Amino acid sequence: MTTTTTQPISADVEVRIRKRFPNPEGSFNLNVHFRALAGFTILFGASGAGKTTLLDCIAGLTDPDEGRIAVGGDDLYDSEKKRNVAAWKRRIGYVHQNLALFPHLTAEQNVAYGLRTLSAAERQTRSREMFEAFRIEHLRDRRPAQISGGERQRVALARALVTEPRALLLDEPLAALDRPTKSSLVGDLRRWNQHHRVPILFVTHNGEEVFALGDEVIVLDAGIIVAQGQPHEVMRSPRLETVAHLSGFENIFDATVLALHEARGTMACRLGNGEVELETPLVRAEVGSHLRVGVRAGDLLLATESPRGLSARNVLPGTIRRLEQRDVIVSAMVDCGGTEFEVHLTPAARDALQLGLGKAVWVVVKTHSCHLMGM
Amino acid sequence: MNWEAFWLTVRLAAIVSTLLIAIGIPIAYWLTYSRWRWKFLLEAAVALPIVLPPTVLGFYVLVALGSRSPLGRWWESLTGHTLAFTFEGLVIGSLLYSLPFAVQPFAASFGAVDSSLLRASASLGHSPLQTFRRIVLPLSKAGLVTGFALSFAHTLGEFGVVLMVGGNIPGVTRTISIDIYDQVQTANYSSANQTALVLLIISFLVLSIVYGANRRPWAVGPWR
Repeated sequence: MTTTTTQPISADVEVRIRKRFPNPEGSFNLNVHFRALAGFTILFGASGAGKTTLLDCIAGLTDPDEGRIAVGGDDLYDSEKKRNVAAWKRRIGYVHQNLALFPHLTAEQNVAYGLRTLSAAERQTRSREMFEAFRIEHLRDRRPAQISGGERQRVALARALVTEPRALLLDEPLAALDRPTKSSLVGDLRRWNQHHRVPILFVTHNGEEVFALGDEVIVLDAGIIVAQGQPHEVMRSPRLETVAHLSGFENIFDATVLALHEARGTMACRLGNGEVELETPLVRAEVGSHLRVGVRAGDLLLATESPRGLSARNVLPGTIRRLEQRDVIVSAMVDCGGTEFEVHLTPAARDALQLGLGKAVWVVVKTHSCHLMGM
Repeated sequence: MNWEAFWLTVRLAAIVSTLLIAIGIPIAYWLTYSRWRWKFLLEAAVALPIVLPPTVLGFYVLVALGSRSPLGRWWESLTGHTLAFTFEGLVIGSLLYSLPFAVQPFAASFGAVDSSLLRASASLGHSPLQTFRRIVLPLSKAGLVTGFALSFAHTLGEFGVVLMVGGNIPGVTRTISIDIYDQVQTANYSSANQTALVLLIISFLVLSIVYGANRRPWAVGPWR
């Protein structure tokens, strides 16, 4: 295994572990191998995919069955060398999903908790700095029960960061926050990490957070890494169906390649067994081969008359089979010659077009809204 | 009202429940966190005094303290007299007799501390013992008060073990419940009534402390 110990700063997390763990659907194997560099690495996946188990292994709160975990080239766990550093000696910051603030201590005592080895004066200086950086000075003397949700998150982060950990593990720390609170917290966290440059492993099952945060994303499914790379590579053109579902592709179709138009950079695909043909971006594929096409419901347009003079290459006639409102989104199921498309639009658009069940419509699909995935 | 017996009993109960804090906390710690597969055997042993007739417990303690047992011999070589029928013997018998009333509330309150707090503490560089001292113990205050008060009250009212181990020596081993028995035996009902009432009131007060302490055990917790 090569490491970067030759470089002056080798802040990285190397993980190669296998662990059998139970989940509601029986037990399965967490089997991962990756390296996370300084900066944000997102661990993305549905619940039960093994994300929290993975963090627990890195933090030393649970033992893998076998493998190796190293931070900055320093072995924390190695089943071959029978090495297993105790959690409290690992110097890895971990913010749990429920934050786990100590209820009997004030915010200041919580933050100073990890500075056990320092003098009282130094403890106070360090934690005050942290309170300033995370803009929570006014909470110093309050207990967790007297602090609001978003601010509690800040205290938990400050408590983990003040110890200057070698790596930071965050288990859905933003899950319960509204968007403005989220982005200001992320801003503070980024600023902190510009100075410290540690690897931050960030667990989420929210696709939006992947784009907002990630330098790198690792997609976990049933304990296995199914995709890894920059968020835009992995999420925008998902080549795997699990990624597609997670990143919000409502429409996923089996497709057969009918013809390749090399000059135009496109190809024609037939969807399923129906008669619908789509023009999609060209990928390395042969005529007659089978692929999958993913299309976001929000990328589709609806028209009540056959549209003309459009740049979009795919205009498919169909009939509305179902129409339901979820929150501020109207979801329409449109049957186009045996293939059903889910289309999202606003309630205002529904009213303006006077959409209803059985109404004849045209679905407009831009070529580059079609994302091709392997089978 | 026999004040000599009363103060002797209070002294016994205070010594026993204080010692049980020191003895009970390590036992409860082990019972809460050990993953030993035969742990349940020790749990059962600790709970024995709840179901065992006090005379049975008292009998074994008497044998263990007597001059034929190693413990009894050792004590005799040290002090020149046997443990049986002394106040010290009474303390040892009562420690065993009241052990579950301290250990069980302790263990229950240790176990009720949210495990994610222990995990967070470990990630913040605290060893299990440091975590126990700074997180588990402060959050188990109600359980500690309960264990102390219950073992105090339980020792206050013991009869069978005391009779077996201590006999009935005024000023040394005659406790308040034995005193009540004596008074009834001699048909001295008004005195028995007085003493019984005092015991009743004290027991009620102690239990009030227990339930008062457990009224809002998570008043400061974020999980309400």
